[in-house]
Amino acid sequence: MKKIILLYSLFSIFCSLSFIACSRPAQNGAKGQSIQIKGSDTIVNLVQVWAERFVENKPDLNIGVTGGGSGTGFAALFNNTCNIAMSSREIEEKEKVIAEGKNIEPVEFKVGLDGLAILVHKDNPVDKLTISQLRDIFMAKITNWKELGGKDLKIVILSRESNSGTHMFFKEHVIRNGDKTSKDEFSVHSLLMPSSQAIYDEVLQNPNALGYAGMGFINNQVKAVSVAVDENSQYVYPTSDNVLSGKYPVSRPLYLYTNGLPQGLTKDFINYALSEEGQKIVLETDFVPIITINPSEIQEIHET
Amino acid sequence: MKRKIIDFIIEKIIFLCGILAVVFVILIFGFLLKEGFSFFKDFGVIKFILGKFWYPTSEPAQFGILPLIVGSIYVTFGACVIAVPLGVMAALYISEIAPKGLRDILKSCVELMAAVPSVVIGFVGMVTLVPIVKNLFNVPTGLTAFTGSIMLAFMAMPTIVTISEDAIRSVPWSYKEGAFALGATKWQTMRRIVLKAAMPGIIAAIMLGIGRVIGETMAVMMITGNAAHIPDSIFEPVRTMTATVAAEMGETVKGGMHYRSLFAIGLVLFLITFSVNFTADLFLGKKKGK
Repeated sequence: MKKIILLYSLFSIFCSLSFIACSRPAQNGAKGQSIQIKGSDTIVNLVQVWAERFVENKPDLNIGVTGGGSGTGFAALFNNTCNIAMSSREIEEKEKVIAEGKNIEPVEFKVGLDGLAILVHKDNPVDKLTISQLRDIFMAKITNWKELGGKDLKIVILSRESNSGTHMFFKEHVIRNGDKTSKDEFSVHSLLMPSSQAIYDEVLQNPNALGYAGMGFINNQVKAVSVAVDENSQYVYPTSDNVLSGKYPVSRPLYLYTNGLPQGLTKDFINYALSEEGQKIVLETDFVPIITINPSEIQEIHET
Repeated sequence: MKRKIIDFIIEKIIFLCGILAVVFVILIFGFLLKEGFSFFKDFGVIKFILGKFWYPTSEPAQFGILPLIVGSIYVTFGACVIAVPLGVMAALYISEIAPKGLRDILKSCVELMAAVPSVVIGFVGMVTLVPIVKNLFNVPTGLTAFTGSIMLAFMAMPTIVTISEDAIRSVPWSYKEGAFALGATKWQTMRRIVLKAAMPGIIAAIMLGIGRVIGETMAVMMITGNAAHIPDSIFEPVRTMTATVAAEMGETVKGGMHYRSLFAIGLVLFLITFSVNFTADLFLGKKKGK
């Protein structure tokens, strides 16, 4: 009997503790001392670093950053479960309509650029591809590395899940080649991986694999191929300089979205992201800043 | 008087707990029905179940879940082929043959296996099993239905072993005594008497194991490759219904077509597990009636 009482009291202590733990963030929210940021997995690491630096020396601030994909971020913004949505693509017309219906006014901030690296196994002899070759691979019209000058191996196509901004961007800019009326899709044979890390892991150990991920994933364990717009143009390797100058064809802007013009803490955070310090972090996390980082002065925002 | 009051209160509380389970099931089913049916009305049941293409975010979106159903069946079937014989034989060994000391160790190990979180199983499978399957069978990628089946077999095993073991152990000792008295060997007794007598329990165990496998999400999402096409063999990537719901739920806007289509998948999944359990119950009832 004593044991039961002991267990019961332990249980109730645990319950009350967890209740306290759960109720704290809510209080903070009520005071306006917390921001929720949700969305693209591509830039979740970048935003995480911003958040960490931003709350340094401000112990009462609380910034939650979660990934899930750009679509997830927009959905959360519309459902009012986050203050800022991070996205690796522009908001779609369809989403704007939904936002209007929910009385949400999305405001866009361009905070950086990202080059999408086409990754292959490090032993793969293929080191350059054109956009139309990429398109044929992802639509399963080219199915063997042999056709591209590689070994006689079947190509395993790795893509992100459809909620990913990277997936959408790749579909629109590579598979549909910017043609809005096109109905082309990823082949049904493409493996939809839950994260960029999963794509990287599979490319790391599979000589058949071909996938795409942010430039931050390039290292000496996997190979990034150079990409050309067509056969007659120059093959460009994904580097920061090539992305900023617009030479690398598979690159895209990164955005933060808020509901209406940001105020208070949200505004401070976005200003921080666009500040010189914030843009230096962009460079540190292997993305490309939208302003030329100059130690003495901040220059005009770079147009691409 | 006081004792009676306590009795009354406790009785009501227990009643409430019991009825709560039923209420929850009905509520969940009702919710699935509501969202699912509104989707069926807009899109059509036949097109949904027999459609071969799953492009939920395209314009116009395509919601055909045939590849997902086939994917789930492949993975589940594979897992059963592996887990059922292994599980039943393990249960037979633990309850009939193993010496007392070993039996206790084995039992707690099997129970421990049930406690491994599925994401851990998925992760371990991704790092260890995926390259092995790729090299062993010389397939383009190790992310296949077969890999998923092996990992899921691990997850179904504890359920199958513990419940079958209970069933085998509850076979009355007098049955075995009778068999031995007639001159049957140990194997003959086990096969003809013990297994037969314990069969309803073993079938229930298998059904519960299948239920766990069909509903499993995290591990399959990580190791089956998630390619939504109808596979030609078990060594190709598949996409299961559960992985689809889990991967896509976060992106959908409440009330949208895609959102409701995922509920419709949930409804299909619910109906499948329900019919699995129902047939198991029917089967059990028949056996007991004899």
